[in-house]
Amino acid sequence: MNKKAIKEEQITISINGIKINGSPGQTILEVALENDIFIPHLCYDPRINIQGACRLCLVEIEGFREAVPSCITKISQGLKIKTDTDHIRNLIKLNLELIVSDHPLDCLTCESCGNCELQDLAYLYDIDQNRFRGEVHPKKVFEDNPFIIRDNEKCILCGRCVRICDNLIGANAIGYAGRGFDCEIIPAFEQSLKDTDCIFCGNCISTCPVGALQAKPYLKKARAWETKKIQTTCPYCGVGCQINLHVKNNKIVNITSDVGKNINKGSLCVKGKFGLDFVHDSKRLTSPLKKRDGKFEKISWTNAMGSISSKLKEIIKNHGPDSIGILSSAKCTNEENFLLSRFARATIGTNNIDHCARLCHASTITGLIPTFGSGAMTNSFEDIKDSDAVIVIGSNTTEAHPVISYELINQVIEHNLKLIVIDPRKIPLTKYAYIHLQQKPGTDIAVLLGLMNVIYENDLHDTEYIDKRTENFENFINSFKEYSPEKVEQLSGVIKDDLIEAAKVYGSAKTASIFYSMGITQHTCGTENVISVANLAMMGGNVGKKGGGVNPLRGQNNVQGACDLGALPNVYSGYQYVEDNEIREKFEKEWGKKLPPKKGLTVTEMIDGALSGKIKVLYIMGENPMLSDPDILHVAQGLKNLDLLVVQDIFITETGEFADFILPSACFAEKNGTFTNTDRRIQRVNKALNPPGEAMEDWKIICRLSEKLGYNMGYSSVSEIMDEIAKVTPIYAGINYKRLNASPLQWPCTGKDHPGTDILHAKNFARGKGRFMPVEFSLPAENPDKKYPYILTTGRILYHFHTRTMTGKSEFLNLIAPMALAHINEEDGRDLNIKDGEKIRLETRRGKIEAVAKVDGNIKKGVVFIPFHFAESPANKLTNPVLDPKAKIPEYKACAVSISKV
Amino acid sequence: MGCLVRVKDLPKYALKDWEVGKVKEIISKYKNDKNSVIPVLREIQQSIGFLPIDVQRMVADKLKVPEKDIYGVVTFYSFFSMVPKGKYDIRVCMGTACYVKGGGKILSKIKKELGIEPGQTTRNRKYSLQINRCLGACGIAPVVVVNDKILQKVNPKKIMDIIYSYD
Repeated sequence: MNKKAIKEEQITISINGIKINGSPGQTILEVALENDIFIPHLCYDPRINIQGACRLCLVEIEGFREAVPSCITKISQGLKIKTDTDHIRNLIKLNLELIVSDHPLDCLTCESCGNCELQDLAYLYDIDQNRFRGEVHPKKVFEDNPFIIRDNEKCILCGRCVRICDNLIGANAIGYAGRGFDCEIIPAFEQSLKDTDCIFCGNCISTCPVGALQAKPYLKKARAWETKKIQTTCPYCGVGCQINLHVKNNKIVNITSDVGKNINKGSLCVKGKFGLDFVHDSKRLTSPLKKRDGKFEKISWTNAMGSISSKLKEIIKNHGPDSIGILSSAKCTNEENFLLSRFARATIGTNNIDHCARLCHASTITGLIPTFGSGAMTNSFEDIKDSDAVIVIGSNTTEAHPVISYELINQVIEHNLKLIVIDPRKIPLTKYAYIHLQQKPGTDIAVLLGLMNVIYENDLHDTEYIDKRTENFENFINSFKEYSPEKVEQLSGVIKDDLIEAAKVYGSAKTASIFYSMGITQHTCGTENVISVANLAMMGGNVGKKGGGVNPLRGQNNVQGACDLGALPNVYSGYQYVEDNEIREKFEKEWGKKLPPKKGLTVTEMIDGALSGKIKVLYIMGENPMLSDPDILHVAQGLKNLDLLVVQDIFITETGEFADFILPSACFAEKNGTFTNTDRRIQRVNKALNPPGEAMEDWKIICRLSEKLGYNMGYSSVSEIMDEIAKVTPIYAGINYKRLNASPLQWPCTGKDHPGTDILHAKNFARGKGRFMPVEFSLPAENPDKKYPYILTTGRILYHFHTRTMTGKSEFLNLIAPMALAHINEEDGRDLNIKDGEKIRLETRRGKIEAVAKVDGNIKKGVVFIPFHFAESPANKLTNPVLDPKAKIPEYKACAVSISKV
Repeated sequence: MGCLVRVKDLPKYALKDWEVGKVKEIISKYKNDKNSVIPVLREIQQSIGFLPIDVQRMVADKLKVPEKDIYGVVTFYSFFSMVPKGKYDIRVCMGTACYVKGGGKILSKIKKELGIEPGQTTRNRKYSLQINRCLGACGIAPVVVVNDKILQKVNPKKIMDIIYSYD
C-alpha cells in the first residue's frame, strides 16, 4: 500500500472488535489481509482487479441486513465488521461444500497436496465428506505442450487464471467455454496452448488455488513439505524477480514466487519459471581444465592456480601489467565484480577491466551523465502505476523484460494507461499500444526530435519546470525546429498524424515516463539517442517525479551492479574516476597498494589489442565474447593470438573453447551475494545448493589466485566484501547484509539510516540542473545499397537469453524455440519468393549465416530481424563492429544485408 | 444435459466460397466493431446455419477480439451452434414446467425416432435437435419449437407426426 496515501487520510474500522486503519479505496479484505486477519478467499489475486466470484470472503457488518463479500466492499469510516460469527461460518461452509461437491478428492496423489487453498479451507471448516452428491461432469485434461498441464476435473472455476492471462500477461490464451455445470476453462477450440498466444509464463499456475494447473517439468518430484524453500534473485534479465527454489536432495524440484510480494509480485516469465534446469546439466564444469595438444584435461585446483599464477607473473614481468585484460561479468554478484576490479587494479596493476555493459548500455552512461548527472534508471517499477502515459522505445519489453511488460499491460487494461510504442517491429506490446510509431531502424533521433517539435509548437512543454530545473533550453530549441512531422515522415517512415498524436499524448499527460533499451543504445549515435530521450523527458517536466523519468532497462541480472562496482576501465566502484588523484589515494590506502593512474581499455579495444599483440592475456569471468561481440570472426582471431586465455565459467562456452585454462565456477543458486537490478535495487542472492564437483564460487577463485600472486585480500565471507564496498563507495554506503536480509535497498543509499532512493533527481538533478543538449540526426554507419539492400537488426527472444549458455541447456525452452528465426516482411517475402519456414541465407560485408525465415506483417518492409542467441546462426558474424565514438558501443541494431533463398 | 460440445465430435466441413463471402459481408456491415460480437455471430448463424471454427477465427481476427472469447460466447448461448443445423431445427424445452409436464418423454421419443442426440443433426441435414432451458412459456408446457413455430401442450405420441408434417 502507498504509505503517503495512508498519511493523507485514514479510515478507521473495527474488525472483530479490534480498531484498524486503512486508506480510502481499500476493500475490507485488503485491510484484513494487511493486518493478518484471516478471511477465506479463493478468487482474489492482488495482481489484478477484484472479481468477487467465489463468495467465500463473506463478513457481517453492523447495520447491514445481509452478509457481504469483503473483497468488493470498500471500507468507510467506523464500519464494525465481524468475520467469525456462527452465521458467517455456516455460510462459508455451505459454499465450500458446494465447491467440493464437484471436485475430485484425490489429495493422496494430487500434486498440489499440502499447497492447496481448497484443501486448507476444507481442513479449517471441517469438510470431510460430500453432502451434495450429484451428477458427475466429465472434464478434459490439456497437456500437449512442454510446460503447463490443465486438469479441468480439479478446476473450481474461480477464474483467476483467465484474468491473470487477460489482464496481466495480455496473452488471452484461455477462456470459459460452455456454461453451468459444463463450463470449463480451455484454450479456444480446445487447441493446444502452443497454437495460442500463450507465452508459457506459468503465472496461471502461480494463481491456481487448487491442483488444476501444474508445471509439467516439476511433476512428481517432491511433496510440498519435503522441500526446503530458498528465496533468491533470478539470474536472467535485469528485472530482478525474486524466486523460490524448492530444493530436495541438492536438486531444484520446483520454482515459485510469492504472490503479492517483492518487485515482481509473484509473477515470473518462462525463463525464470522453467528455464533454470541448466543448474543441473551434465555438462556443468566440475574441475579445472587445462588445454594440452588442443584437448582439455582435468587438473587439480592447486596445479591450475600454480600454472596460471606463474604464467601471469612472467607476462607481467616481460610486458607490464597493461598487457593483461580482464573481463568481468554482469552475471556474477556485486561482491565478485568488486573483487575482480580489485584484482585487476591492485593484484595485477591495470585498469583494463570491462564487461558486457559496454555492449548494451555504455551509451546510457555517456548520454545521461552530461544531461542528468547519473546514468541509471531514474524511477522504480512501482511507479508505472502512477504514470498517465508511457513511451516504450527500442525495447521489446515482452521478450526481454517480460515482468515489466506485464505491469505495463495491466495498467493499460485495468487503469487506462496510454502506451506509445516506438519500434520498427510490431512487437507484442503494440497490441496494447494507443499508438505505434513504426520507424526505420536507426532513425530514432528524427522521431524524437519530431515529437519535441510538435510538443513545442503546441505549447505542451513544461515551461515552469524548464525554467527552474534545467539549463540551455534556449540554445536547444533550434535543434528540433526543422523537424516538422512531414520531414520526420520522410526520414523515418513514421506517419505524420501518428507522430502528432503521440506527441500530444506525451506532452499533455500529467506524468509520463519513457522506457528504453538496446534499440536506443546499440547505434553509432547511441549517446545522441539517449540524450534525445533525456531532452524529451525534461521538456515534459517528467524527470524527478513519481511516475515519470527516463528508464533504461538493463539486460542482465546484474549489469547495473557490475557497473556500480567498478568493472569498468575508467571508474572504481560508485563511478569514482580512477584518474582523480584524491579518489585513487583513497583506494590505495584501503587496498594497501599503488594503483595505476590512467584509465584502461574497453572490451572492444581489448579484442583489438589482442589482435595487434598489445594484449597478451585475457582473463574472462562468466562472459562469452565469441557470440556476444560484433563481428565474431575478428574476435576469434584476437583470442587465438593471445599468450594466455583463462576463462572462469559454469560451462565450456564458445569462448571457453579457445582457453588455455578453464576454471569451474558456482552458479547463482550455489552462492551467496547480491545483485543490483535495473531500478538500482540491491537484492540478496542466497545459496540453495552445493556446487557440482570441485566448482567454486567466483569470489573464492579470485581470492585464491590473488593470494598465489602474492596479494592476500583476506576476506572470509561475502558479507565482509559488502562491508568494504560500503566503506569506499558513497552510493552504497548504507548497504549491509543485515539490512538487505530484511528488504532490498535502492541506491543511492548513503548511510546506515538512509532509506534508499526510489526516485533520482527528485529535488535537484545529480549534476545540479538538467542540461538540454542539442543533437544532430545522423544515419547508421552502413545503409542499404544495391548489393546489400535490406536493413538487419538484431535482438532477443523470450525463450532464450544472451548466448544461450544457460537457456541452451534447458530441455523445455528448446522444445519451444530450437532455432533462430529470421523475421521478414511479407511483401519482401513475396518479392524474394521466400515462404514461412524456408531456409535462407543472410549476408553482410562481414560474413554470412543461414537461418529459417519467419514471414509475417510484424516487421517493416525492408527490414530483417534475427536473434543473436544461436551459435548455429550467429547474428554477430553479420553485425557491424563500428562504434559510437563516445560510448564505444557497437552498432548491433542496423547494418546492410542481403537475403537469398538457400 | 447439453454437454459441452467436444471439438473432435464436430463434423468436418469446408466453408464454401459463398459462405466465406457472406461472413465477410456481415462482419464489414458492423464496421469491424468490437462490441458487435453477438449480433455478428447471430447474423452469420442465421445466414449459413452454423458457426464452424473457421468462421469463429474470422470473426475474432476481424473484430480484434480474442478467439477464446468468441468461442466462449458461441459455446455459452444455446442458440449458437458449431454443428450445421437441419432444415428443421427442433428445440425441446426442458425447463422445470415442461419437464414436469413430460418434456423428457418428448425428447426420448424424438431421439429414438431420428436417431440423434441433442446437439446433432441427421445425416441428410433435414433435422437437428437441441435442448432449451425455460422459454418463458410455462403456461403452455410442454413446449417444442421447430424453426420459428412454437408447438404447445405437446403430446409425445403425436410429436413426430407434427414434425414430419412440415416436410
